[in-house]
Amino acid sequence: MTYSSGRLTFVAGFAVLVVLGVVIELIRRRRLHERYALLWIVTGLVMLVLAVWRGALYALADAAGVAYPPSALYMVAGLFVLVVLLHYSTVLSRLSEENKTLAQRLALLESERESARKGDRRAA
Amino acid sequence: MRKAAIVPAYNEARSIAGVVAELHAAHPELEIVVIDDGSTDETAAVARRAGAEVVQLPFNLGIGGAVQTGIEWARRRGCELAVQVDGDGQHDPCEIEKLLEPILSGSADVTVGTRFAGNGTYRPSIARRIGIGVFAGLVSLIVRQRVTDTTSGFRAMNERAIELFADEYPYDYPEVEATVLIFRHRLRLVEVPVTMRQREAGRSSITVFRSLYYMGKVSLALFVGLLRPRPALAK
Repeated sequence: MTYSSGRLTFVAGFAVLVVLGVVIELIRRRRLHERYALLWIVTGLVMLVLAVWRGALYALADAAGVAYPPSALYMVAGLFVLVVLLHYSTVLSRLSEENKTLAQRLALLESERESARKGDRRAA
Repeated sequence: MRKAAIVPAYNEARSIAGVVAELHAAHPELEIVVIDDGSTDETAAVARRAGAEVVQLPFNLGIGGAVQTGIEWARRRGCELAVQVDGDGQHDPCEIEKLLEPILSGSADVTVGTRFAGNGTYRPSIARRIGIGVFAGLVSLIVRQRVTDTTSGFRAMNERAIELFADEYPYDYPEVEATVLIFRHRLRLVEVPVTMRQREAGRSSITVFRSLYYMGKVSLALFVGLLRPRPALAK
């Protein structure tokens, strides 16, 4: 092995801990809902395990046919980020659907209120 | 029987008054509602002055969201029939009679005014004709009935269709998907040949980029739609 695997463990592990710390801090300040933080925390924990436990990373690299084990770390990270992004797309779709319904109901309510007011004026 | 005329309009201040006046003249029994889809011009005020009810969306939802708003409006009012007419003046209110006839006689749940089945003079550009033709062919295959124009927004519907569309209506460029939806819910669609006019004002919303998005989005919706389970039969 020509790379310094000890340094990789340190750098990757440190980076993951920072990310996890930021996620927890965001939840603590109520700027991130637990619901959307969970995927990040799972991602972070998996990365942490792979960074620290070299046997697991090597086994995974071997199983996936990746010649250079640290690349497997990138692969796993990339995969999790894709899952997170896809999850956001579904959240976005749901939000825009709810947003549409809200806009429609609001517009209909306003018009109903307007015609009720006109009716009152006519009756008076 | 209460009947609604739904007019979706986005920045149509120049043509909307004419459309409302013509509608009223041709069909005084129609309750006209203009759905102002987040216009930045005077569309809502002009339509109100012309005597229409106006439902003003807080921001632009796109044609699908606007039309659905109108259909929900009709449902809340207890309308048993609704006509959809574009706000740009290209649909001739004198043709509405033809759209209503199959519905009133009970032979259709939805009617669509098509520019191709009849003797119309409508000549779209080649690209557009190909696009319309491809989707018409696809939809015809899916619904196993000849459909010639899946882009027309000149439609009429009865109570069953109002119920369906108030709950479920496709987003942007909704006509193709709506056609498939009609058949999947086993409603009867009849195409009626109509002549359409030149737009009174404004430009068509079709550009090259939007055309590509349109093709991709509608194709995806069609194919994924086929993978959905068939809806339960409506009563």
